[in-house]
Formats: sequence, C-alpha cells, structure tokens
Amino acid sequence: MIERTPILNAATHAILICGILVALVPMWLVFVAATLTLPEINTPPISIIPGTHLIENLTEAWVRTGMGSKLLNSLIMAVAVAAGKIIFSSITAFGIVFFRFPGRMLMFWMIFITLMLPLEVRIVPTYAVASNALSPLQAIFDVTGISWLYQQVAGAELDMQWNLLNTHTGLILPLVATATGTFLYRQFFMTIPDELFEASRMDGAGPMRFFVQILMPLSRTNMIALFTIMFLYAWNQYLWPILVTTDREHFGTAVMALRLLIPAVGDSTGGAVPDWNIAMAGCLIVITPPLVVVAALQRFFIRGLIASDK
Amino acid sequence: MARKTAYKAAWLGGLLLVPQMALVLTFFYWPAGAALFWAFTLERPWGGGNDFAGFDNFLSVFNDSAYWEAVIRSFVFAFSATALAMLGALVLALFCDRQLRFFRVVRTGLIWPYAVAAPAAAVAFRFVFAPEAGIFATIVKQHPDWWNPAQNGLHAMLMIIVAYSWKYLAYNFIFFIAGLQAIPRSLIEAAAMDGAGPLLRMRTLQIPLLAPTFFFLLVINLTDSFVDSFGIIDITTGGGPSKATTLMVYKIYFDGFRGLDYSGAAAQSIVLMLLIMVLTFVQFRYIERKVHYT
Repeated sequence: MIERTPILNAATHAILICGILVALVPMWLVFVAATLTLPEINTPPISIIPGTHLIENLTEAWVRTGMGSKLLNSLIMAVAVAAGKIIFSSITAFGIVFFRFPGRMLMFWMIFITLMLPLEVRIVPTYAVASNALSPLQAIFDVTGISWLYQQVAGAELDMQWNLLNTHTGLILPLVATATGTFLYRQFFMTIPDELFEASRMDGAGPMRFFVQILMPLSRTNMIALFTIMFLYAWNQYLWPILVTTDREHFGTAVMALRLLIPAVGDSTGGAVPDWNIAMAGCLIVITPPLVVVAALQRFFIRGLIASDK
Repeated sequence: MARKTAYKAAWLGGLLLVPQMALVLTFFYWPAGAALFWAFTLERPWGGGNDFAGFDNFLSVFNDSAYWEAVIRSFVFAFSATALAMLGALVLALFCDRQLRFFRVVRTGLIWPYAVAAPAAAVAFRFVFAPEAGIFATIVKQHPDWWNPAQNGLHAMLMIIVAYSWKYLAYNFIFFIAGLQAIPRSLIEAAAMDGAGPLLRMRTLQIPLLAPTFFFLLVINLTDSFVDSFGIIDITTGGGPSKATTLMVYKIYFDGFRGLDYSGAAAQSIVLMLLIMVLTFVQFRYIERKVHYT
C-alpha cells in the first residue's frame, strides 16, 4: 500500500523481528549447543557463536544412539506412509467419485469419520490389534461359524496370527488408515470436467486406463503436496513407534532415539542432567531431514496443508 | 458430490474401495469397538475372559480425583496453548501481510518450526529452560530457586505450554497467511483510498474476514492440544513433577501401558473420544454455517 506510516512501519518490523526470533532462536541454540563441549555448555551464560566441536558431538550422538539404522527406519516409515497414503487414497477417491454403486456414500462417510479420532486417542486398543492384525477377521469368522466349518473340513483349529509388533508394517499401516488424503483426492477429482471423462471414454479408455494415464498425471501437484505432509507427519511420529517397537535396536526410529540421549524425567529419577551437547547434536540430526523437505518443497507443503485439513 | 457422468461397473467401484475399507476397519473401527468393549468389561484377574462391568469402569475413573486433576490440567493446557499460538500467529500474520521489506524472509522462517518433531522441539525447550545450562541458567545462577521446572509444577506447565505453542504458532501462521491472501487486494485498496490506515483496515476489514479461518483453527488447536501433547510431555517432564503435567493423553498412556489397567485406560479413551467428537461436531454443525460473511 502506498502510504507513509514510518512509526507503524518501525513497529511492524519490531514485531516481525520478535516473531522470527521466537521461531528461530530455539533452533539456533540447538545448533550452537551441538558445537560446544560439555564444560563450555555447563557454564552459563551460553555463547551465541558456534564452537568447534560439531563433528565430534555429531559422531558421539550417532554412535550412542546407533543413528544409522534409526534414520533408515524413519526414512522407510516416512516414505512408505506417504506413498501408501497416496496410493490408497487416490484409488479410494477414484472409486467414490467416478463410480455409482449401492453403499458408496455409506463407505465414504465411514472413511471420512476417521478424520475425527486421531491415533493418540485410541492408542491402547490399536496396540492390541497390532499384536495380531488378523484378530478382527478371526473374531468375525468365530462368530459367523466359518471357523467351525474350517475345523470340520481341515481337521485343525483356525488360528490366524499376524503380529505387527516390531515390524515395519506395524509402524506404517495404522498411520495410513485415516482419511486425510482421501478427502484431498476426492476434492480434486470433483473438479475434473465431465468432458475429459467423456472424451477418454469415447477414445476407448477403460476406467483403469483413465485413472493411470489421465488422472494420475493431472494430480501431480496434489501428489507432491500430500507426500510432503505425510512424510513430515510420519517422520515426526513418536507415541506410536514407542509402543509398537520393543526391539528398539532394529526397529527404533530417529525421533525415538532422542529418548536415549535425554534421561527420562520421572518422579522417581528426579531429573538427571543430560549431556546437553550430545543431546543437541542428536536433535540436530533428527530435525534436519524434515526441514530439508519443507525448505525444498515449501510451496507444495503449504498448499497441501491447507487443502488436506478438511 | 454426485458427478453427472460415472462408470456403471459397480463391482469395480466396490473393489477399489476394498483396500482402504480393510485398513480402516482393522485399524480404526475395530480398535474403537475394542475400546468400548474394554470400557464396559473387566478382565478377570487370572485371565480367561472379561466380565461385563456396566459403568463401573467409568465410575471408578470419575471417582478418582487424580483423573479430574488431569482433566483440569488438560483444559488449562489446551486453552493457554491455543490462545498463545493463535493470537501470536494472528498478529504476526497481519503484520507480515503488510508486505514491507523482507516479509518473504519472515514468512519462510516462521513456517519452519512446524517441520520440527514435537519431541525434538521438547529437547530444545528443555535445554532453553534448563536451570543448569542454556538461557535461563544465567538468571538462575544469580537467583537460585527462581526457576526450576524439575521441582516446580507451575514452571513445568509453563514450559510445556511454550514448547507446544511454538510449533502450533507456525501451523496457525500458515493458515492465517493463506486466509489473508485470499482477501481480494482491491478491497483493501478501496479501504485505503477511503482513508483507512493500516491498523483500522486490520481491525475492521481483515480480522472480520478472517473469521472462518479463525474458528477453523480454534477447533483444530483445541482438539490437537487435547491429543497431541504426548511427545512434548514425555521428553520434558515425564508428567511430573508430582503429576503436575500429567494431561489426559499422558494418563491414558501411563495407566494403560505402565499400570496395565486396560479397562480404566479404555474408559478414559472413550471420554476423550467423546470430547473430541463434540468439538468436531461443533465445528461442522455450528461454526461452518455461522461464520461466513460473504
């Protein structure tokens, strides 16, 4: 706006500088603390200029937590959740938007309602399901008498087991089972003009061909947006990975590894003091990948975030 | 919802929904049902099935003063964190949208905290607020006992509120900025021509037009602050000192997995689910309809 408001402009800058300080100073402190030695860090006031021990601290944090395999697990989990979400939700939205069949709306609402209850609220029973993912099916078979039939025919009791604890599948699947992406894709498919649909049909393309060769390329922006958000969401998970992995050495994630560097504060321990420089170095390792993703794909990230949250 | 044209092959349409339905049934509806089952039954002490318990589990939860303390703390946490994160973000977004010099740098920088995992933010803030090292240590050295979140419940609560709001400040900022950008520039220019200064325009034009965004964020923030606090609490305070930061979600985790009281945890989960559902319902029914000024 063309107007002269020097005092207000100064105030604006002051406010924005405060904001940016609030946002970035904690991250900067993490970085600085990761470059100091333990004695340096424990003598306040803390310096604002980085020290010279970054590499040593990073190495130490890496070794103490076995970060290599944890980063790999986090990467597998984040990419698989993001990819799974894209695949499942695009297929589902395609079925809902481009087909007519009885029960379609009911199923849409059944999927949509999952937006309402995040994983954290139903954590205890979801854990029980993860210890045997086939238990719902087993229960249904038991009640309907299929188990009994099986026992008569095969002579053995029907006992289906699929333990997801301490597996990558267990880390991934429950995080995919929500409606976030489905809704995003549904919104997008609704904007596809009928003419395009008709034209493809006239040219002899079947449903699957239309889906793969026309809809998928058209939805590329959506896809990247959804990917960034889900990558972040999965990488930053904490409670679920803690529960589902007891074999932390092989299946722990990077964010969980922070726990190894910071002694738990419980009422019993009374709060032991961590090696702050090492903890901060670990913290730095953990936050870098999502920050890189956001910095690189910021445009898509923002678009996706705003479109996907209902 | 309905398109004019669609495929008639109902079997294929149904088939396409099978994978997601299987996932949702297994990992959403079954657990939700199991929570109900556990909430209304009690496991026999030496195994061998569950006995129907009616509302006993709920009654024992409701008669537990520790539970109500957790509920009150959750509400205090939710409302303070929401207020802090939303008002901060609103002010920053309004001033950032004046598009003075360097506003792009500010906009980018303010988004980054959202990418940081909650436990990582918790590690950072535990350091910032630590009495032995970091920023607060400088003051604590002169005035011992002035600040100690490991001993003082109020300090611990302040710490988790700030650490939690830090991340949601970025989240809200993104939405407010998007909301402000959706306001037609010509409208603001017209107001400027009529002699309304920047502050008057904010108060009478931009803030009212942001109302839908504001109420949307209000519900999301409240819901999330009831649900999403686990990572912060577990790393910074572990629910202490003396349970001063044990919020509802943390108590469910603690009772369910440490105390192995599945029925009690399930009853608490059901209560939390109802609370979240009420909030979401309010959003869909009331706010979505009332707050459109176009």
